Amino acid sequence: MASAFRQAARIAWKDLRVELRSREIVYTMGFFGALIVVVYSFAFPRDTAIGTAATPGMLWVAIAFTGTIALGRAFDREREHDTMRALLLTPVPRIAVFLGKAIAMAALVLAVAVVCAPLLALFIGAPLAEHPGELALAIVLGALGIATVGSVFSATLLKVRSRDVLLPVILYPILIPLFVAGTKATAALISVPAKMDAAWYWITFLGVYDAAFLVLSLWVFESLVIE
Amino acid sequence: MSKWAVPILAVLGGAGLVLSVYLVFCQTPLQYAMLANGRLDGSSLFYNQKIFYFHVAHAFVLFASVFVSGICSIVFLATRRPRWDDIASAATDVSVAFGAVVLITGSIWAKAAWDVWWNTEPRLTMSLLLWLILVGYVLVRRYGGVSADRIAAGMAIFGMVGVPFIYAMVGQDSHPKSGAEGVVANLGPDYARAFGICVLTFFVWYAALVVLRVQGTRAERELRELRERALDLGVLS
Repeated sequence: MASAFRQAARIAWKDLRVELRSREIVYTMGFFGALIVVVYSFAFPRDTAIGTAATPGMLWVAIAFTGTIALGRAFDREREHDTMRALLLTPVPRIAVFLGKAIAMAALVLAVAVVCAPLLALFIGAPLAEHPGELALAIVLGALGIATVGSVFSATLLKVRSRDVLLPVILYPILIPLFVAGTKATAALISVPAKMDAAWYWITFLGVYDAAFLVLSLWVFESLVIE
Repeated sequence: MSKWAVPILAVLGGAGLVLSVYLVFCQTPLQYAMLANGRLDGSSLFYNQKIFYFHVAHAFVLFASVFVSGICSIVFLATRRPRWDDIASAATDVSVAFGAVVLITGSIWAKAAWDVWWNTEPRLTMSLLLWLILVGYVLVRRYGGVSADRIAAGMAIFGMVGVPFIYAMVGQDSHPKSGAEGVVANLGPDYARAFGICVLTFFVWYAALVVLRVQGTRAERELRELRERALDLGVLS
């Protein structure tokens, strides 16, 4: 088991090193996230109750959009040279492959969220920095959930022609509870005064959601990704 | 599956539909409430409330169907027998139609009870989210290429596991006063029989449609295999 974790860490580090060399996803998705926020800043009034009330939704929609595109692109890399087959042929348990992929994906989703959140605070004027620790926790848990479910389905969709369209079609219905919980946690944290009880309820919800889907993914990954 | 399953279920469903329409419109009390001064309460629904029997029965089918396709998908992934995949796929296809009925009747009921076409009422939201999972499943099935069965099975399983989370999520919303409990509470015991028959009828009807769809899928596969064999033998060109 310990070796499986080490192998997972190695696969995750391989993915992150590929990304660090080209910085393609971080740069393009970070820029895309910034663009989304700029569009919001035109679509919603700044420094008003409406703008503040809509901020949690904006944050999580931006995470959802950039997250799905980043997932699709990251798995495209494995497809281009058919390296997914090589990865699956390596003598490591499938679970390690999945965990490694999921960790790397979570890091990418998180990197984009780190770009979006401060920009939202800047452009919309929302008080996102009131409880940075709790907000960061909610975003980390959200990124983990997206990466877990996303890695399973991106891997299965690798050979499907219409994968770019099908990925959000599959992911969003499954991830809606996660997005809603993240939105509600953020809303509770930025309301004045902050509703810490509600925030912790939704953060716990995110934690339980992640745990349940992580276990499910570990169990299903092997039978879903055959090639 | 015998060839009589569909006709029997369909006849039962048809008879049940006639019976349940009779019971619902002639044998159940009208829903209204009197105020202390003898005037009618403004929240009375009268005949509008009758939609409850059909709306909730369809919602039960929708809810059950998520579990039918989820469990069949688990068995399919574990055994790789296509017959389980056929059932999961058929159940989902049929329940997309049932779910559409739930959403449309729910919207009509919302208009009658709260004077809005859509409200983020917990149960309505839950039906919508379950329906979205099923529609996603159908889309994956249709456009997923050769590995569509596997991907769709995964989606059905993930959707099923997500049900408690959807439930916990919508349960946190505030619940409007004239929701389902409010209506059911002042109907008395007569409604239970009609409601039970309604639910039973639509489950029978659902079973008939699912069996029909499974038989269709099987016939399709057999035809394809026969065609391939004929091509191999050179009978067809």
